[in-house]
Parts: sequence; C-alpha cells; structure tokens
Amino acid sequence: MSSVRDIQKKAADTEVRRSFLASPTVRQYGGIIISLAVLCVVFSVMSPRFLAFNNFMNIMQQVAVIAVAAYGMTYVILLGDIDLSIGSIIAVSGMVAAQAFAMGFGFFPAVALTLAAGALMGALNGALSAKLMLPSFIVTVATMGIYRGMVSLPTNGAPAMIENDTWLAIGGESFLGIPIIIWIMAVLFVVNHIILSKTIFGRQVYLTGGNREAAIYSGIRVDRIKIIVFTISGMMAAISGMLLSSRLSSAQTNAGTGYELDAIAAVVLGGTSLAGGVGTIIGTILGALIIGVINNGMNMLSVPYFYQLIVKGAVILIAVWLDVRSKSARA
Amino acid sequence: MTAISQTPHAAALKPEGDVVLEIHDIAKSFGPVAALKRMNLTVRRGRVHTLLGENGAGKSTLMKILAGVFTPTSGSIVLNGKPYTPRNPRDARAHGISIVFQELSLSRNLSVAENIFASHEPSRFGFIRDRALNEAAERLIRELGLPVDVRAKVGDLSIAQRQLVEIAKGLSLPADVVILDEPTSSLSDSEAEILFSIIERLKSHGKAVIYISHRMEEIMRLSDDITVMRDGEYVTTTEKSETSIDRLITLMVGRAMNDIYPPREAPRPSPETQPVLATKKLSFAGKFRDVSIDVRPGEVVGLFGLVGSGRSDVMKALFGMLAPQGEILLDGKPVAFRSATQAIRSGIAFVTENRKEEGLVLLHSVERNINMAGLGQLSGPFGLMQASAEREAARAEVKRLAIKTASIDTSTGSLSGGNQQKIVLAKWLQIKPRVLILDEPTRGVDVGAKFEIYRIIRELAATGTAILMVSSELPEVLGLSDRVVVMHDKSVAAVLEADGLTPETVMTYAAGIHA
Repeated sequence: MSSVRDIQKKAADTEVRRSFLASPTVRQYGGIIISLAVLCVVFSVMSPRFLAFNNFMNIMQQVAVIAVAAYGMTYVILLGDIDLSIGSIIAVSGMVAAQAFAMGFGFFPAVALTLAAGALMGALNGALSAKLMLPSFIVTVATMGIYRGMVSLPTNGAPAMIENDTWLAIGGESFLGIPIIIWIMAVLFVVNHIILSKTIFGRQVYLTGGNREAAIYSGIRVDRIKIIVFTISGMMAAISGMLLSSRLSSAQTNAGTGYELDAIAAVVLGGTSLAGGVGTIIGTILGALIIGVINNGMNMLSVPYFYQLIVKGAVILIAVWLDVRSKSARA
Repeated sequence: MTAISQTPHAAALKPEGDVVLEIHDIAKSFGPVAALKRMNLTVRRGRVHTLLGENGAGKSTLMKILAGVFTPTSGSIVLNGKPYTPRNPRDARAHGISIVFQELSLSRNLSVAENIFASHEPSRFGFIRDRALNEAAERLIRELGLPVDVRAKVGDLSIAQRQLVEIAKGLSLPADVVILDEPTSSLSDSEAEILFSIIERLKSHGKAVIYISHRMEEIMRLSDDITVMRDGEYVTTTEKSETSIDRLITLMVGRAMNDIYPPREAPRPSPETQPVLATKKLSFAGKFRDVSIDVRPGEVVGLFGLVGSGRSDVMKALFGMLAPQGEILLDGKPVAFRSATQAIRSGIAFVTENRKEEGLVLLHSVERNINMAGLGQLSGPFGLMQASAEREAARAEVKRLAIKTASIDTSTGSLSGGNQQKIVLAKWLQIKPRVLILDEPTRGVDVGAKFEIYRIIRELAATGTAILMVSSELPEVLGLSDRVVVMHDKSVAAVLEADGLTPETVMTYAAGIHA
C-alpha cells in the first residue's frame, strides 16, 4: 500500500540521488571512492584485524611516504612528463640527513640541507629536460641510476644510522593523538592543493600540460614551469625520504626503490591524465590510499611480495586503461 | 611496374579523351563547417585537368576524398565506369589513384629507395630484398630522369629533391589517375621542367593527370582542361584554349562582396601618425626577406599572400617566435623580442592560424581559456588567483563577443569552430593589446561568426588598436583593410591603398605576374 506521500518521498529521494550522482565531485571521484570502499570491505572480511583503529593509523603512516612523493609526481604528470628518479632522491635525502647529523648539524640545518639536496636533484632533472629538449622519461631514467649510485658514496654501500631525537620523532611521535607523519601528509596536501588549484603558477602548470604550444603563444614560459615542477617533485621526494628514514631510524642505500612506480600509480589512479592538463591533488591522495590499502591488506593476508607486485601492476594497467577509455568516450 | 612503364589496364586501351573519373555532387562537412558543397568534375584520359581556386576553396579536401583520407558526406564518384568508394589511402592506390601531396610525407631517416617503395617493398618471406629494392628504385628514378641518388638518406636531400622523391613515390605503382597537389611550390625552374616532361609522358601513356597549382603561367602551359572552384563549390570547367589568365582570376575571386563588412567607426589615422609597429628590412633566411611594414594606431593593415609566400613567418617574427635580421620598431623604438612573453608584455597579441594547436587548451573550460593570457591581472597577493574576478572577466567576454556556450565551465573542445575562434580573440582582448596580429581570423568559421569577428575588428580599430591581419580570403582582406601588403615569393610585392582596390590587382601581385 502506498500513499501519495510515499510516492512523493520516493520521487524526492531519486532526485536527490540523481543530482548527487551528477555532481562534478562525485563524477570525478565516485569511481575511486567506490573502489576504495570495495577494497576495504574485501580485506575486512578476509582479515578481521584490517578494520582495527590501530591498523587504520598504520595504513595512513605507510601511505604518507608514498602520498608525499605522489604530490610532487602530480605536478610532473600534469605537465605531461614523468619523474622516475624520485625513488633514488628519497634514498639520497635520507643519506644527506644521516651525514649531516654525523657531522654534528642540528635538526633544522639538517632539514634545510635535505630539502636543498632534493630541490637540486629535481631542478637538474627539469633543466636537462627543458634546456636540452630531452624527454623527461630519458633524463630521469638516467638520473635514477646516477642518484641511486650517489647514495652509497659516503658509506660505501653501508646503511647509516640516524640518532637525532627530533628527526626520529617525526616517524614515532604523535601530536593530539595523531602521528606527526600524518600531520605532515595533511599539511602538505593542503599546501599543494592550494598551489595547484588557486595560484597563477598552478594554472600555468595545467595550461602547459593541456597544450604546450598554446601556452607558449599565450606568453607562459614553459621551460621555467618545467624546471620549477621538477624542483617541487625533488623536494617532495626529499620530504618523503625524511619520513621514511625517520620511520626506519636509518638511511638505507636501497631505500625508496620502486617508490616511483607507487607514486605514479597513485597519481594515475587519482584520475590525473598521463597526457597532462587534467588532474588534482585530491585524486592523488585517494590514489595513494588505494595503494596503501592494497599493500596493507595483502601484508595482513600474508600475500608474498612478488604477488603484491603482480597485483599492483595489474591495478595500474586497469587505471590507465579506464583513463584512456573515458577520454575517447569524451572525444 | 610503375605508373609510366606499366602495361595499361584493359580499360586504358581505350582512346584518349575517354572519361576515367566522374565526381557527382560531392559534399563534405566538418561539423557545422562545409568544406565542399556539390562539387562536380569529369576527368579524361591523356589530359591534364587543372583545379584552380583560392586557398580554402576546397581543392585539397576533394583530393583527400579521392585519396581515401576523407569520406564524403554525400555524392558519388565513378572510376572506370564503376562506383568508387575508397576506404583508405591504400585502397585508393589499389584502384589506380595515385596522389603526390604538397606536404612532404617522407621518412627522413630512410633512403630514397626505401621511401619510394614504403609499404610495397619487394620482399621474400617478409624480409625486404634490399638489392631488388634499390634496383627497382634506380630504374624508376632513371626513367623519370630525376637527379637523385636512390641510396641517399632523404634527410640529406634538399627540399626540392625531396619533392621529386615524393613524385617518384606517387608514380611507383600503376595508376590511371595521377594527382599532383602543388608539386612545383618548392621546385626551381630546372626541376620543374623535369616534372613537366614527366607529366607529358604520363599524358602520352593515356593517364589522366589532376593538377593543382597557383602558378598561372604553368597552368596555362600544361593544362588541357581547367576547373575553377570557389568556396567549396564548382564554378565552371573550360578548355584552356577558350580562356585566359585574366578570365580565370576573375572566376576564382569574383564573388559578390556583400555588406558583411561593417563600415569604419572612426576616421582613418593620418599618414603622418607615428606607427605603433613598424618593421625595416626584416629578413629570415629561407623564410622571408626585406619585409618593411608599418601599422598605425586605429589602422587595419591586410597582409595577403599565397601559401608559401612567407606571411605566417613574418607574424611569428613580430611575436618573438623567430629571431629575424633587420629592425622591429615599437613606437619608433627598436625592440628585439626573444620570446612570446616579451612581445605580450609590450602589448602585442597574436591570434594564430591554428586555434586548436596554438590557441586553445581544448580540454579546459571556456573560463580557463579566456583568462589564459591575462593571468597576472586576475591574481592577488602570493600569486593567488581571484576566482570571482576570473569568472567575471570570462562572463564579460562571453557577452561582449556573443560566444554561444552553455556556461563558462563548458569545455572549449565541445564548441563550434566559430565560437572557439571567438574565445581565442577573447583571450587576447583580456590583455588590452596595442597591436593585434590576426592570422586567418575566420578560417573554418561560419558566416554568422565571421560577421561578429569583423565587427570586433572594427570596434578595436576604432579604439586605437593597430591591427595587422593575414588572410588568404581576398574579399576579407579588401573588405576590412585600410592598406594591403601583398607578399610574393617571400618578400613584399606591393603595398596598396585598399580604396578602390580590385581583387584582380591583388592577385596579379600575389601570383607574381604583375608586369
């Protein structure tokens, strides 16, 4: 039995649901949020420990290292470029910090040195690509090897311990009940989101990635944009390296290996187009969460590492395929 | 077997003058833009049939339909008595239609022989037989009498030699109909002579040749039949013996000049006014030489020239995209722009010829595109964009230029050509330019949007903007300009007062036949 009111209510509900589904935010992130939810449900069913609050914090801490590196990667991919050297930069920056502390530097000088090292390595990537007109893929394949080799220069390949308490607090302590590492991820999220969506520079990144020729003809100095973008990517990788070395209490020469792929996967899963010009930091953090949940869930289920690699690779393929497909549907 | 040496198809045994290709009422539209409307053409064996028309008359579109690149929107084609509907260029070649395009389509890193036989290399079990390839290429090159080494890399050849290789490539397969699209535009006289003798031999072998060129003398020398096209439509076909250069030019440009050109809104500046922008003997090796132009505030100067006359490169030099020799003066002071950024800072705006490649970010919204060049004036402290100012600015331009769009958040890629072009204009109006350079401002734009664009040009001139407009549409140049600079063969052929100027006069300078 249905009264008129019921029917009206039902109609109103459908309308709300429709307009909610049609809103740009949902259309943009709906797919990824649903995937995230599905993954969480699947892992919770398979492993009861997955849903524990402690595990949630654990996931977020693991995500932080990838997410921060992926923020930087978002700029690079928005430009239609790629940065494969960030895994190596992560390792170098940890080692720079370890050496700085070994030489007796304090916390803040060590942070400054680490950031400077990341910025320098990133700027070099950008400058080589822009000024020599080399594809960023080639440049960063080369510097990936060069930077990775440089990590071992101070210690001849041995790991270096870090004993600075403030540095170690980043990965170990909490503030207002939330780990500091998550605060850093959150603050950088806001900062990068504002830079990309609200500043002239951010706009120029989108325009250059969307159509480089048109950007040049509109007076945008695309070479300068590229160098700044790669510098940001290098700095974000350096911060990521700080977080990682703090969690590990040491600088490992093989730290960050393969992180470039996780970062790229996070960015692409977040809906940023590999062709450039379209994407957001919001998408990137959601993408990083998916990667984090997959990593964590498979660890909980004791899935061997090599299976994890296969699953993550397949996830990237599917994401890119969906990206291409949605674009050809729009055209 | 090549186009010249082949044993003719059975059909080719018929005598000269037989119809080989008939085009009936062919039309082709790209979205709302009609590139070709009801085109008709009859091509006979053993004759050279020239297609004549201004840039944009639809010749290249028609050729691309014959080559299987485009599918016609309507109409039919009959080839050798059978309906002809090529699915792709390969299919067209299999049916005996061979095309030499004006854009070079060669791979620079491959040899001449490899390029000539690209896609039909002599092979065995999928391996290319290098010796057979080189021998076949050698035979063809010798037969055609081309001064080219078949083993040379195409990248090492001159532009003219590459064009000859392109021709050899077009003739490397048997063909009934050979189409040559502006084959002489990059050839010197002696190389052109080689081409003409090849054409004579094709004729004597009973081939039909469709020839496209802007050079009137060679048209009068080579052609048997001449068909004139205008605005995508068939105008007339005559035998060469029954027409003259003057008559052809009149047919080509002679469209009614209605009052789609709005009248001036302010008096012309006096000739004594100091030009905002002037060039003195501007040259760039291989692109243009000794170009001197001046534009006064409130003046519209038209720059007319056929494709390859160097006009587009002059524009690029004025905008800092090329570093020319000679002087560019802004308000009488010499300037040297090293980038577009510097040119824009000096108040120069450039509406480029290709809005999709150089004008717009098609994925982005109308708002984003309109504000693209004026980001600096829409931002506050710390380089933060002011969203409300941005939206207001975009809305104002949409209203001012009557841009038809659902909202300012619509992506520009989904709009019509005319509206896209207006957005490119809007982008530049944002920076309130002192000099506005327009390169083909109405290409691929419907009549309504054309009129709007003309109105805006007039309005800007009335407020003192100096306007330099390149267009290959002669009526447009004559209808809007105060003065017309005509370029021919990479230099200025004439500077003419637009008052009382006829299209025929401009055309004679542009074609380089003015006595």
